[in-house]
Amino acid sequence: MIAAPEISWIAILPLLIITGTALVTMIADLWMDGPDRDALGWLGIIGLAITAITAVSLWGTSISSFAGVIGVDRFGLFFTLLFCLVGSLTLLMSMNYLEVTDIRTGDYYTLVLFCTMGMAVMASATDLIVIFVGLEIMSIAAYALAGIWRSQLRANEAALKYFLLGAFATGFLLFGIALLYGAAGSTGLNAIAKVAAKPTAEQHALLLAGTGLLLIGFGFKVAAVPFHGWAPDVYEGAPTTVSALMAVGIKSAAFAAFARVFLHGLQPLEADWSGALWILAVATMTVGNVTALLQRNIKRMLAYSSIAHAGYLLVGMVAGGELGGSSVLFYLLTYALMTMGAFCVVIALGRQGHPNENLDDYAGAGFRSPLLGMAMIVFMLSLAGIPPFGGFIGKFYVFSAAVKSGYVGLAIIGVINSLISVYYYVGVLVRMYMSDGGVEVPTMSGRPYLMATLVLTIIGTIALGIMPSSLFEIARQSFQSLG
Amino acid sequence: MLSLIVFSPLLGALLLMMMRGDNVVALRRFAFIYSLVPFILSLMMLSIFKADEPGMQLTETAAWIPSLSIFYRVGIDGISLFLVLLTTFLMPIVVLTGWDVHKREREYMVFLMLLETGMLGALVATDLFLFYVFWEIMLFPMYFLIGIWGGQRRVYAAVKLVLYTMAGSLLMLVAILYIGAAHQQQTGQLSFNLAQLTNFNLPIEAQRWLFAAFALAFAIKVPMFPLHTWLPDAHTEAPTGGSVILAGVLLKMGTYGFLRFAIPLFPLAAAEAMPIIAVLAVIGIVYGALVCMVQPDLKRLVAYSSVSHLGFVMLGLAALNVEGVQGSLYQMLNHGLSTGGLFLCVGVIYERRHTRLIKEFGGLWKQMPVYSSIFLVVMMSSVGLPGLNGFVGEFLILLGAFGRYPVLASIASSGVLLGAVYLLWMYQRVIFGPLENPENQKLKDLSPRELLMFVPLIVLFFVMGMYPKPFLGRMEPAVRATLERYEKRVAQSAPGAVKLTTSAQSKAGTK
Repeated sequence: MIAAPEISWIAILPLLIITGTALVTMIADLWMDGPDRDALGWLGIIGLAITAITAVSLWGTSISSFAGVIGVDRFGLFFTLLFCLVGSLTLLMSMNYLEVTDIRTGDYYTLVLFCTMGMAVMASATDLIVIFVGLEIMSIAAYALAGIWRSQLRANEAALKYFLLGAFATGFLLFGIALLYGAAGSTGLNAIAKVAAKPTAEQHALLLAGTGLLLIGFGFKVAAVPFHGWAPDVYEGAPTTVSALMAVGIKSAAFAAFARVFLHGLQPLEADWSGALWILAVATMTVGNVTALLQRNIKRMLAYSSIAHAGYLLVGMVAGGELGGSSVLFYLLTYALMTMGAFCVVIALGRQGHPNENLDDYAGAGFRSPLLGMAMIVFMLSLAGIPPFGGFIGKFYVFSAAVKSGYVGLAIIGVINSLISVYYYVGVLVRMYMSDGGVEVPTMSGRPYLMATLVLTIIGTIALGIMPSSLFEIARQSFQSLG
Repeated sequence: MLSLIVFSPLLGALLLMMMRGDNVVALRRFAFIYSLVPFILSLMMLSIFKADEPGMQLTETAAWIPSLSIFYRVGIDGISLFLVLLTTFLMPIVVLTGWDVHKREREYMVFLMLLETGMLGALVATDLFLFYVFWEIMLFPMYFLIGIWGGQRRVYAAVKLVLYTMAGSLLMLVAILYIGAAHQQQTGQLSFNLAQLTNFNLPIEAQRWLFAAFALAFAIKVPMFPLHTWLPDAHTEAPTGGSVILAGVLLKMGTYGFLRFAIPLFPLAAAEAMPIIAVLAVIGIVYGALVCMVQPDLKRLVAYSSVSHLGFVMLGLAALNVEGVQGSLYQMLNHGLSTGGLFLCVGVIYERRHTRLIKEFGGLWKQMPVYSSIFLVVMMSSVGLPGLNGFVGEFLILLGAFGRYPVLASIASSGVLLGAVYLLWMYQRVIFGPLENPENQKLKDLSPRELLMFVPLIVLFFVMGMYPKPFLGRMEPAVRATLERYEKRVAQSAPGAVKLTTSAQSKAGTK
């Protein structure tokens, strides 16, 4: 008989709260009359807020439980907080969005919460199998969410495509895990790190093969080129709130696991994988940015932009070390705010039956709705990496980490990519402020939740650009806790 | 004090955004009165500025991102003092041109104020990171000013401006990162502090690359031949106020950047590159002037005259002696005032006729005598007539340049002559001749508001032309200190590098 491992419930307290909230929304849905399910959204936000408070109060503690497969450390808590933020913003936007799209089902909220919970598991896990479990919880919820707008053909297409390619990627990931297990005799990251530090020739071969497969698996999830093909179609077809959740939440969760596995578990093999990651970073930035230039649909453009940003994040991973790792964390936070904000503008411009997602629909919108215009100026310039917005500081950290680690060439390729990206981000502003035509913009006054999301993300994006210091310190501490 | 000056326009922008109602008149009046605030503050700064001190004054330091040793550091010396004043002085005039803006008046004023904060910040920043932040903040208000309120091809011009400028500045960002990291490698401490980095010796190979990155960013902004092609488009399409600021202040950011950052940070590379820059500057002088000769479009003509005049500024800088650098600093102010004035003059008739073609005009002196005489003074100041401001700057620059590049300087002198030719010819075609076009027979002379824009300029033309001492006297200590440090660092370096420098110089000099 196997002795039961010691269990510390505190180690999974944030996860338990999110799960509990998800279950409560699922049950509460049964007692609700009428099509309005805003209350469930509020329930979810309250649950995520409690989770965030718990995470903050656990800050600084370091617990490892369940035989060391999952635990509480600053790294995990940082991401848990990030996911609470992303989840809450998604729920907030959804309350107005679901009205317009007629997705009148309570399951939506439950699925968003489960998806968030899976992300938090991925970030807190210290064992490859648990990372995999988290990934599946997150992904299955996301497959369902992508297709939740059942009457829409393109949503169905998106869900199926996402599911098939996701399953394919999962296969790579699992096979990679199996090979690493073969080398180390354990799926625990600490054990793998120990073996990777001094591998025998046979172990080294297994580790390399496993690392390669993991790279592909994670590459799919973060939408790195050449594993990015699904992203534009899925982001375009899925409900816009879900696209935002995928572009921000799922990408961040994948990067959390990616960073934990590669910058901690497989760190001793850095010399072996950094070359491959270098190529991935360059390809991802370049293909993402160049393809984004050609897009006429704003959701597709944002999809390619999110691919490009995965490239910048990979630059931080290649740079590695304390500065590289913490720059990835900081970048994900700024990226979350500005991308959520940009998707929120996309939602705000749509109306029932008219999603208005073509770039030409944006003509003149900046003057018709000053709030949306100002929001888009902030988000687009921030995404392009222009000061004084958060996106600039994020890029500054990432590129300075690259230069410091000796990757000057990579930093130069990065800034050239930034230049390319300026063209299409500014292109949105050209349409919003310098073109005529376009569509009528629904007023913001009837849609308090969208307005709240916009205000929060604008303030966040500007605040991170002007006072990044304390948050960068938090990111640094979080990364250090990887040990 | 400096922070107050830098951020007061930002506060103005916020106030303007919060103003209720659509009362355009009240909005404009508020913007004008508010734009005097930074000017008055900067006059107060001038009164407490110590004229004989070479270093940074009125410095302020605050921790910003301590983990990367990034500080909020501002300060002012003789090099930046008058550029700050020029900015705050031009701004009320530019706001007055906003009376001719008939759409989105509020946003127009807001962008002007944001632009002013960016420019002032870039001029007083003494931390590389802070400088970069302001440098970029300057760009986007100008982009909106051109893109929203500009002429026919405004979007093209605005996007071209952004892409050109960003291309240069992003490479400068990498160079900033590199120099910070290199400092850390050598001394163990990350630093973006200008005062520290100007005493930090990098190997010549690294300096060449870094100087190239900085020089590219600044040369695009100046703009130096052959990177100037964005300028005529931007100037031509920009609204009058935008053109005035672009010519008056933004272009100076490039030349200022050379003097403040590129040369002091990388003296060895600068010593090597200066002959090349001098050659390009002279090409710019002559080329700009020649293009002006054949320009049918008034605004494009003035834009190309900027290329030519900024060639002089760069030539003075490249001479790297006290006369040359002082002259080029003085010429930066002159060009800001004169070319700003020329754009105002063009703007006046453009608002009345909505055309910029020279052949549409002629004989205006009959209809607009006050305008014609003001135009004459502005034009003469740009030509460099002795007694007016332009003469002093050009004279000093040529004096300095003859000391180092006699051949180039003599070619450049022809630019003075060409400048007189194209400007006088332009003036003749617009103002003299028969008043044939019936459209022109209805033109009204200057309104009191327009007169108000020109009077301060005209006064300064005469003051700066007749009595330059208060200006030059305040510049000199800082210029001298910068040049002495530069020479000391070049002399300190390996003898091989110096030899290379001198041979390259003599080659360019005898060309």
